[in-house]
Order: sequence, then structure tokens, then C-alpha cells
Amino acid sequence: MNVAVEMDDVRQGELLNVSEAGPAPKRIIAGFGFWIFLLSDIVMFSALFASYAVLAKASAGGPTGAQLFNLRTAAMETAFLLLSSYSCGLMSLAINSRQHIGVYFGAVVTFLLGAAFLNLELREFHDMIAMGAAPQRSAFLSAFFTLVGCHGLHVAVGLVWLVLMMIQLSIRGFHGVVVRRLHCFSLFWHALDIIWVLIFTIVYLMGVLPSLIRVGTLHRETGPRSRSRSKVRPPASLCTRSVCCWLRS
Amino acid sequence: MYTIGLLLAAILTVTSFWVANTSAIWAPGVPAGLAVLAIAQMGVHLVFFLHIPTGPDSTHNVLALAFGVLIVFLVLAGSLVIMANLNENMMAHGEMMNLQMQR
Repeated sequence: MNVAVEMDDVRQGELLNVSEAGPAPKRIIAGFGFWIFLLSDIVMFSALFASYAVLAKASAGGPTGAQLFNLRTAAMETAFLLLSSYSCGLMSLAINSRQHIGVYFGAVVTFLLGAAFLNLELREFHDMIAMGAAPQRSAFLSAFFTLVGCHGLHVAVGLVWLVLMMIQLSIRGFHGVVVRRLHCFSLFWHALDIIWVLIFTIVYLMGVLPSLIRVGTLHRETGPRSRSRSKVRPPASLCTRSVCCWLRS
Repeated sequence: MYTIGLLLAAILTVTSFWVANTSAIWAPGVPAGLAVLAIAQMGVHLVFFLHIPTGPDSTHNVLALAFGVLIVFLVLAGSLVIMANLNENMMAHGEMMNLQMQR
């Protein structure tokens, strides 16, 4: 009998070692799965970014980014999205401490800031189309509307999701499922902010730069042209020769 | 945690808008500076908002993130290199056509 007890102990010890205190809690598994989805979403956005970077100069004689983009609007959109990300973080803190008022307040602020962002973006689109810079004008504008519009669509879906989550929260309270979904929502919202960081950097800030050095042109310049540029060196050597003459005199 | 993240992100955002508008910085270096600032801000978001490296059971999250970054890099760099190469070849062809036309 003693032997049997010892065997049982050994087997239990083995089990604990193998699985390391059992499977992970559901919250972590759900978060991991949603993180995988977010990464696939980011990969999709990378394809859109690649197409934009390739087509950024193909304006077909139409308006270019430097003429169209208003940096003040972009800055306000960035501020709205960043602040909504912050209020979303405060909301998830309130969820962790199970404060109803804090959660509702954070959700309302997040929703208003997200809606303000979307309103500004739609107004920007409307103005651009009114100026004749519609998506069908040039490849650059098609890529621009696809990339930024896709992000705006994500924001709109996030707003609908937030409203649905608030309805669920008011009906079911801090149920395990509701808390997990709210956790996933905050992950989604922060990921949207990450994508917006890339958009305002690559599309707006780099699009407005006067002497545009994009990766595509950089590669092109390392091609045959750099060889031809090395041929244009004689003036430089002439210059140094004259400097030498001047120094001697 | 979130407040530190907000402050860092705001500082980085303001810096990148300033870098894009100022003339105090050597102009060809501006895109590189913007890229560095954007990557730093994405790091700030990942650490302070998404809690990817610091959250519970984070190994899987970080590994998935590394794989995602690899795919994103392949898609971006691959398409940019291929399209730049294609442009170059098309341009060489066009120049050759011009030469033939001149003869």
C-alpha cells in the first residue's frame, strides 16, 4: 500500500512537471488568439503600405501629396486617436478593478474621440474628392484611399464593436466572456493606433517633404545613375586643383 | 503605465511633426529620422498600451510578433526592391528606344 501511494505521488509530480500547472487561463488564450488575428491584419496593411510606397509618385499629372495633404488635419487626427487609445487604456484599468462608472466613462470618451477622428477623415476625403482628387484620378490616389480608407473602416468597425460591448456590459455585467471581449477590443484599438502611426509618418509627413527621398528612388539611384554620377567627378577634382593652386599662390 | 505611454507617444509624435516641418535638420536625413521616430513610437505602443512583452505568458506573443515583423519586412522590402528594379529596366528600355528614334 505504501508503494502504491508513492507511485501516485510520483505520477502527480510528473504531471505537474510536464504541463507546468495546467493549461493557461482562458483570458490569456483568447488574448493570444486575438493577437494572432491582429498580426494577420497588420500583414494585410503591410501589403497596402507596399502598394502605396510603390505608387506614391504615380500621380499621372494630377494633384500630388504635397498639394493635397493638410498637416494640421493629420496632427489633429493623430491627437484624437492617441487620446482615445489612452482613454481605452484607462477603460481596461477600470475593467480590471470592476468599476462600472469608470468603464462607461472611458468607453464614452473613447467613442467620442474615435468618432471625431472618423469625422475629420471623412471630411478630408470629401474635400479631396470635391477638389477632383478622387480615387479614380491616379494610381497614387487609389493607393491612398485604399490604405487610409481601410484604416478608417477599421476604426468604424471598432466604434460599432464598442457600442455592442457597452450594451453587453449593461445587460450581463462583468461576466467572464464580456471581460474577455473588452480585453480583445482594447488590443484592437491600440493596434489601430500603431497602424495610424505608420500612416501619418509614411503618407502625410513623408508625402509633404519637399525633396522626397523614398526607398524606391533610393534604389533607382544606386543603379546605373550612380555610375553616371561618378563620371561627373572631374569638376570636383578641378575644384580641388584650383584650391591647391590658390593655396600655393 | 498608460500615462507614461501617452507622454512618450505624444513626445515622439510632436517630434516627428517638428522634424517634418523644420529646416534645422539636414534635409536628406529627415526620412530616416521619421522612420526611427515611427519605429520608436510603435515600440512604445507595444510595451505601454498592448503590454506585449510584459503581459502574462508573453513568450508566445513575442514569438508571434517576431514572425509578423518578418512577414511585414518581406512584403515591404520585396515589393519595393522588385518594383524599383522593374522601373529601372523599363526606363533603360525607354532610353534605348529614344536613341533608336534619334538615329
